Parts: sequence; C-alpha cells; structure tokens
Amino acid sequence: MSYSMWILLTASLVGVCCGLVGVLLILRRMAMMADAISHSVLLGIVVAYLMTLQLSGIHMFIGAIVAGLATALLVQAFNQLGVQQEASIGIVFTTLFAIAVILIATKAGNAHLDIQHSLMGEITFIPWNTVQLPLLGAVPWAVVSLSAVLIVILLVLLLFYKEWKLTSFDAVFAASIGIPVTLMHYLFMSLVSLTSVAAFDAVGAIMVVAMLITPASAAYLWTDKLSVMLVLSCSFGVISAWGGYYGALWLDTSISGAMAFATGIIFMISFVVAPRYGIIAKYRRVSPTQALSK
Amino acid sequence: MNLLSYNAQWVLLSTLLLGMAAGAVGVLSYWKRQSLMSDTLSHAALPGVVIGFMIVGSKQLPIMLLAAAISALVGAWLVQTIRGSSRVKEDAAMGIVLSVFFGLGIMLLTFANRMPGGGQSGLDHFIFGQAAAMVQSDVVTMMLVAGIVLLIVVLLLKEWKITLFDASYAQGLGFSVKMMNSLYTALLVLVVVVGIQAVGVILLAALMIIPAVSARYWSNSFSIMLLLSVCFGGGSGVLGTLISTWGKGWPTGPFIVVTAAVLFVVSLLFGTSKGLVTVWYYRRRQTIEKQKHALKAVIASELGEGAHQ
Repeated sequence: MSYSMWILLTASLVGVCCGLVGVLLILRRMAMMADAISHSVLLGIVVAYLMTLQLSGIHMFIGAIVAGLATALLVQAFNQLGVQQEASIGIVFTTLFAIAVILIATKAGNAHLDIQHSLMGEITFIPWNTVQLPLLGAVPWAVVSLSAVLIVILLVLLLFYKEWKLTSFDAVFAASIGIPVTLMHYLFMSLVSLTSVAAFDAVGAIMVVAMLITPASAAYLWTDKLSVMLVLSCSFGVISAWGGYYGALWLDTSISGAMAFATGIIFMISFVVAPRYGIIAKYRRVSPTQALSK
Repeated sequence: MNLLSYNAQWVLLSTLLLGMAAGAVGVLSYWKRQSLMSDTLSHAALPGVVIGFMIVGSKQLPIMLLAAAISALVGAWLVQTIRGSSRVKEDAAMGIVLSVFFGLGIMLLTFANRMPGGGQSGLDHFIFGQAAAMVQSDVVTMMLVAGIVLLIVVLLLKEWKITLFDASYAQGLGFSVKMMNSLYTALLVLVVVVGIQAVGVILLAALMIIPAVSARYWSNSFSIMLLLSVCFGGGSGVLGTLISTWGKGWPTGPFIVVTAAVLFVVSLLFGTSKGLVTVWYYRRRQTIEKQKHALKAVIASELGEGAHQ
C-alpha cells in the first residue's frame, strides 16, 4: 500500500474507534470525562516510557489504562468528598497533565517523546514505524494497535449491547434489575483510555477529544436509534479523517488540526440541517403551532 | 535565570496578580457550576492569538490579546447556541468547541510558523506558557488587566453574592442578572486572555478551578472564600514561577498547576470547614461527648434508684 493509504487507513481506524466509544460518552453525558482522560493518558505514557525507555509496545497501553482508570477513580473520589463533578474533573486532569509535562521537560526532554508530538500527534511518521506480520508483511505499528483496539471495542460493545443501552439510558433501572452499573462504568472508562492511547500516537491528545465527542454529537442530532447513531458516528469520523487529510495537504498545514476542524464542520452542518433536531427543522416545526395559537 | 534580575521581579509580580485574578473569578465560576467553561474558553482563544499575530506580522501583545478575546467570546457564544438550540448537552458542546477551536488554532499555527519571523516568535509558548519569555511591556499589560479584573470582582462583591445565590431576589431588587452574567463572561475572557502567555491555553483552567475549590474547604462564607482563593491563586502563581526558574527552559504553567494542586490536597485534608481530618476530629469528639453523656445518665439513674431504696 502507498504512503498516503496507510495514513488514511490509520485515520479512518481512529475515526471508527472514537466514533463507537464517543456515542456512549455522549449518551452517558461524560463528554468532559473524555477530555480529562485523553489528557491524563499522557502521564501514563510518560511514566511507562521513563520506566522502560521504549516508546511503543504493550507497556504504553498498560500505563495509559492505569492513568485513565486513576483519573476516573480520583474524579469519583473527590466528587464523593463534596467537590462538584465538573470541578473535580478540572482538578484531576490538569494536575496529572501538568505532572506529565514537567516529567517530559525535566527528564525525557531530549528523547523521542516531546510535548508537541503528544499534543498534535505526528501522523506523517506513522507509515515508517512498521512491524512484520505473517501474511500481511510490513504493517505500520499504529494500524496494528488500532485494529486490535477496534476488535476489543467491538467485542465489548456487541457482547453487552443490551447492558450498554440500559446503563446509558436508565442507570437506576439497570441497577435495579441487577446489572453491575459501577463495573460497567469502569469497564467503559478503560475502553475510553484504550481508545485514547491508541489514537494518541497517531493524532495527539486534542484530536482524540475532537474525534470522540464531535462526530457522536453530530450523529445524536440525526437519529434516536442507538444502532443508527453508532453507524453514523463512525461514518462522520471517517469522513472527517479523509476530509481533514486532503484539506491539510491542500492548505499545507497540520493534519491532525485539520481533522479536528473537519469534525467541527460536520457538526455545524448537522446542527443546521439535521432532519428532526437541526435548527431549520426546529424553526419549521415551531412556526405552525405559533400560527395555530394566533 | 537570575532570580534577582529586574525582569524576573516583574514576571513574578505579574504571575502573582494573574493568580489572584484567576482565583477571584474562579470563585464565581465555582458557584455558577461552570468550572470547565474556563477550559473551553482558554482553548478557544488559541486561534485568536495566532490570527492576531498573522494580521500584524510580528508579536504585538495588545492586538493578539484583543483577537484572543474575540475568539474566546465566539467560543462562549457557540457553546450557548449549541446548548440552547439543539439537544446536545452543555458538556458535549464545551468539548466540541474546545477541540475544534484548538484544531483550528494548530492549523493556523502551522501557517504562522512558516511566515517570515514566525518560527522564532515564540508562538508555541502560548500552549504551555513561558513566563520567562515575557518582555516588560507584556508584563505591564498583564498586570493592568489582572488588576482591573480583581477590582471589579471586589467592588461588586455584594452584587455577585445576590445574583449567584438568589437570582430572583436580585431581580426583585432591580439588578439585571443578564448584565451580571455578561460581566462575568467578560471577566472570564479577560483572565483567560492575559493568562495564556504565562500559563498556556491547556492548563489555564487549573488556575481558575483549583484555588476556588481549595478555598471551599476552609470557609462557608463567600467573602472569606474569595479572599482565600485569591491568596491561593497568587501564592501558586509566585511559587510555581519561582520553581520553574530553577531549570533552563522549564515551562511555567505546569509548575503553577502542581503548586496549586499541593495546596488543594492540604486544604482537602486540613481545611477548617470541610477538611477530612477536621471533620473526622469533630465526629470523634462528638462521639466521645455522646458517650460521656450516656455514661453520666446511667450513673445518675443508678444513684437515683439507690436513693429510693
């Protein structure tokens, strides 16, 4: 496969993984939690790097999942101690992120790990960092890790589809019929961390947030059905990935920045024209009743 | 950097004032339950900073700050619009605005760094903050704005109290709650805009969230909480800046945030109003008192029965 095909494949995989996880994030009203986890994952990566001095491999994933779960646990703990949910998210992720930046600046500064890279990603380097696989030959490491994460997400999502639906829409009812709501919460937080770290290397922390929240929010405006929303969200993610890539080539600018911006364009279009929840539809729906009341 | 140098003293003074202003506005955000709005606005300011730079072609702080303020206000307006006229919730709206604006900012930053003189302009410092990169005119601008913000919060103390805690009473008294809300957004944007150079867009929110939450553990009174938050914010600003001058090229923002976080943990444990250790101590003393009372009652009744017989 050619150089740009690998980049597009990587970006599309990011779009699909984030699209799936993002839908649950939106429905569970945990969008800002994704922002928090995608930032604090950096600390997990830095600590794993400082312990092993390697920048790829399974230990990065372990470090990231630990950091993601620690974020979720700390936010929960502070919240139970009386700190508002929003404020405790704000405290936890900024502090963990600050510690990560300090570690990079003081200890890992001259290594491959730099702050710019971790925030913006370096998708243009993806095709060079390959691993040999049987049958397929040389495949970029990011494609392998993202595919593995996608399989995990699909398995967890489909195996417990009914449970996800119930816990997302009516957590009290779910708890009352014996679904382990807390366990599902932390399982979900692990999925978010896993997605963040896999996407992190390719597109950086901020892009992960854009890809997690924006396509899923756009899909939320188009449909009421969970399955349709999942498909739409993934499609929007892939479209923004391709659009962003070609837009960035055309304008000669940051690819991950352009992809984040492309998700915003898709959202704005949905916001205006979506059939039931867009503002045009809303405007048209309101006017007949107003006419009637007059 | 020499700690005693003239420039360093100015920088310290400016981070002190910035921390104080952020602490003051942070208390308002805390009671409005809008802590993460500052995070959104600081990310949303990035495209403005870069556009300001591109228009002038060199690093002119006042124009960059003006453009940053406009871009942050557009971000705030978008969050309101998305939340108000669609079924997307506020937290998702904030996530969308912050990530998309940041993406746009990074795109523009790539253009700006290619412009003549762009590569050395230190625009990248706006992401993590580099107080040492500030020149004296930057410091003066920052101090002026931070001072004005602080003054507005303190002078309107009573008005803030009433609008935050009893909006309908405020309306009854004839103040415009809408105007106070606009003023609050303006203050938030001002702090964000002057803070990004020293603390950076990503961590600025911490300076507005952490001191306010820490102050909450020491007092139930709004005015005392405000005073403490201002002190915590200013203290973290100064200490963090001092620590960051120990190493060459260390970013200022992260050290300020970690200092604030340490103050938070101390407050969480030992705060006189809600601190964990304090609460534990009072509960324990209460239990002992109760046991003493119970014991006294038993002894009294035993003695009483003895007297009857």
